[in-house]
Amino acid sequence: MSAKPKVAFYWCASCGGCEETVVDLNEDILKVVEAVDIVLWPVALDFKRRDVEAMADGEIAVSFINGAVRLSEQEEWVELLRRKSNLVVAFGSCAHLGGIPGLGNVTNRELVFERKYTAVPTIDNPTRIFPSQVVTVDGHTLELPRFYDTVKTLGQTVDVDYYLPGCPPPSNLVWDAVTAILEGKLPQRGAVLAPNKALCDTCSRNETKPETLTIQEFKRAATSTPDPQECLLAQGYVCMGPATRSGCGERCINANMPCRGCFGPPDGVVDQGAKFLSAIASMISATDGEEVERIIGGIEDPLGTFYRFSLPSSLLGRTRIATGG
Amino acid sequence: MSDNGADTLCPFEPKIIGFLCRWCSYPGADLAGTNRIQYPPNMIPIRVMCSGRVDPTFVIKALADGADGVLIAGCHPPADCHYQSGNIKAMRRYPLLLKMLEQFGIEKERVRLEWISASEGTRFAQVVAGMRETLQRLGPLNWRVGQAFQPAEREVQ
Amino acid sequence: MAQRITIDPITRLEGHGKIEIFLDEAGDVERAFFQVPELRGFEKFCEGRPAEEMPRITPRICGVCPTAHHMASTKALDDLWKVEPPRTAKLLRELIYTAFMVEDHNLHFFFLGGPDFVVGPQAPAAERNILGVIARVGLDVAGEVIRVRKECREIIQTLGGKVIHPVCGLPGGVSRGMSEEERERFARTAQSAVAFAQFALQILDDVVLKNKEYVDLILSDTYSHRTYYMGLVDEHNRVNFYDGNVRVVGPDGKEAARFAPGEYVHYIREHVEPWSYITFPYLKSVGWKGFVDGAESGVYRVAPLARLNVADGMATPLAQQAYERMYEVLGGKPVHATLATHWARLIEALYAAERMVELLEDAEITSEHIRNVPTETPSEGVGIVEAPRGTLIHHYQTDERGILTGVNLIVATNHNAAPIAMSVEKAARGLIKGGQVSDGLLNMIEMAFRAYDPCHACATHALGKTPLVVELRAADGTLLERIERG
Repeated sequence: MSAKPKVAFYWCASCGGCEETVVDLNEDILKVVEAVDIVLWPVALDFKRRDVEAMADGEIAVSFINGAVRLSEQEEWVELLRRKSNLVVAFGSCAHLGGIPGLGNVTNRELVFERKYTAVPTIDNPTRIFPSQVVTVDGHTLELPRFYDTVKTLGQTVDVDYYLPGCPPPSNLVWDAVTAILEGKLPQRGAVLAPNKALCDTCSRNETKPETLTIQEFKRAATSTPDPQECLLAQGYVCMGPATRSGCGERCINANMPCRGCFGPPDGVVDQGAKFLSAIASMISATDGEEVERIIGGIEDPLGTFYRFSLPSSLLGRTRIATGG
Repeated sequence: MSDNGADTLCPFEPKIIGFLCRWCSYPGADLAGTNRIQYPPNMIPIRVMCSGRVDPTFVIKALADGADGVLIAGCHPPADCHYQSGNIKAMRRYPLLLKMLEQFGIEKERVRLEWISASEGTRFAQVVAGMRETLQRLGPLNWRVGQAFQPAEREVQ
Repeated sequence: MAQRITIDPITRLEGHGKIEIFLDEAGDVERAFFQVPELRGFEKFCEGRPAEEMPRITPRICGVCPTAHHMASTKALDDLWKVEPPRTAKLLRELIYTAFMVEDHNLHFFFLGGPDFVVGPQAPAAERNILGVIARVGLDVAGEVIRVRKECREIIQTLGGKVIHPVCGLPGGVSRGMSEEERERFARTAQSAVAFAQFALQILDDVVLKNKEYVDLILSDTYSHRTYYMGLVDEHNRVNFYDGNVRVVGPDGKEAARFAPGEYVHYIREHVEPWSYITFPYLKSVGWKGFVDGAESGVYRVAPLARLNVADGMATPLAQQAYERMYEVLGGKPVHATLATHWARLIEALYAAERMVELLEDAEITSEHIRNVPTETPSEGVGIVEAPRGTLIHHYQTDERGILTGVNLIVATNHNAAPIAMSVEKAARGLIKGGQVSDGLLNMIEMAFRAYDPCHACATHALGKTPLVVELRAADGTLLERIERG
């Protein structure tokens, strides 16, 4: 008689949205609970690290790990789960590509601390106290985890078997992935568990996208209102559709806001931001250098927009840390 | 030590990756060679069919993997491109790429887009020499080394 | 023998935290520290981003309350660009927001904090969760919780694009309107949300208020603090989640301050300690006197109990009745008993549901005029909403192009950082005597923070988590006992 497969959910540097998307399975979550044995889920259940450590290597059928890696404890936890699991699935943008926390790679610990603990308008810290990894208070020693300069993806920390993209992955994709795992119908190792198409392919506005897209001017939604029917790129809004994998149902676009690329790129693209830069720049309607410069002046923040979710996974990975001589 | 005007006291020799288009710029580089025009050996040439083939990803990868500078060279716009408008695409991508690289902390001068025809051997040599000088002034990029990709063992304070 | 107890991580909240308890020679609590070991750096890495991207970036501070960040951010953009949204846009935003309050408050009561009461604070760990709740109140009730939550979230998803990380907020309005078909469908959801909110209050009544042991627990000194309170109120000093001015009342219940969002820097300061990544806000006019309560200490609290203490009443009839009843039962205003927050939370869920009904009856909500495009040059803006867990402040400074040059975020649970630390220490002192510790007792210490429904990802705008372990060590470091969670 075979026991139910063991499943673990764990979170690293995460916002909890990936937990919520599992809870959004609603009634279906009861089916999941029936089919598997959840051995770890900190937000909802009280299982312990010791319980995981006591398991044999590979005893956990699959661990779904979300969140980026930015503290030492997270590294330890994911290494532990990797050892104890047959499969590790990088769940959500942060584990997959770095996610929004990955934007932390435009700065470093020193600058973050400086801003947060000494420079925000409401701070009261004239003696420049900073949180410390080890500190003694009234004779008692207290510790805090190590906070790194650089955020890493899950795949940069341990071997990952599959990726479930999105911020967060839509509940239906989660359901499909869980079903595929339980039925043993997974694609080859390393696959992203979502369709291998660009967003434009499935977007409802695709028909309004001209054969040759040319952009004379870039617009910002702050100071204009997108038309609710027409292709957003054609209107001049930066929309990451061409460099983004499909599978999300275009929910942002259906709310009349452009795509920001949370699913990451389709197969074969190693750097989503660079690829998108290539695509969008090619669309600029200009044949002389000055005109090109004028038009791209309308894109305010290429790095923060093209790499919104994927900075740690990119080729450059982070902004330059000044090397002191 | 070459007699191409290198400063013998400066120890840093930048690595330059050059994406040269097959129809104009690569022959231009060849011409510098056959005419025995001296120029510094810092550039590694990569022949592409068209400057429009140069995906910004190539430039970024070159910089990430150790190049100090990147040259993209193609046929003169508007009329010389063998594929009509490939060089126009290169021209459109370049300013946005530089803008983004600057946000990464990579100086704009490290990446250059030049129009070099098959007959401009001298010009090619000048471009490479000029880039070397600029990069010597800027210093090595050393992207991986400088990035501290390994978690720092530093204390918070 | 002096001992140290580490509760790491704490459970059934959003985020990470650990509690360090130090016992003296007699085995009584000498000091207890509530440490928040996470940090991300939103206030730094958002510099250089276009301000209008903030309603899409800041929800990633927290996936449980992304709508709160989205709304505070959107309002900050209104202020930044000095643009007034059309009435329809405000109705839509408030509807999204009240739907969110309904589902989030219910999530907390049934999944997170409520189990402590419904199942019992010292019940076995394996039962102290939603499954234990279902076992006590029945599968039908669980089905209702799931259904109401699902339907409210559908409203947010339809109008906001995504329910986890909505996208529709823009300076001067929203990106998407509501159809008549949607209005009818949502109105039915709103009605059932009102009925469910009343039902939840009934459960509270039957399971908690009729149980003398629980009532004593709620009113006990162990779980009380006499602090200041802060919350948003409308022009009649009634609770409002989406808009209004900030009001502060003292431990005696009298108004101590009232200010518009843009003035917040004159009233709030943040204190720093080296043993936690979180900062500790306090009232500037009163000053930081340490982790103590009372009228001389600038420590203040936010979230449901605080909001009800601050307000003169609720803006909808059924919620008003429930509000009056709570204060009658608990002995008048203000109520300092931290655990009463669970009750206040359900009253707020009722108000939110009633407000949803009102908004959906407003004919203007389906109008197409959903946006006024900004024309002013941006420079600085503040947006404040009441998140489920308390007052949420977004403050942006930009250059003339609207690119961020400075960001300050004071996030709900942040305001409660000092009170939580105090509540935990007080509970530990009250409960641990002579070195006697058990899993159930430790859970009762955790109940002290759980009532605040903390959200530590929010509080530190941080991304980082640590698991929960309790180690009992002798003074020489020998491991005596180890209890783990998570």
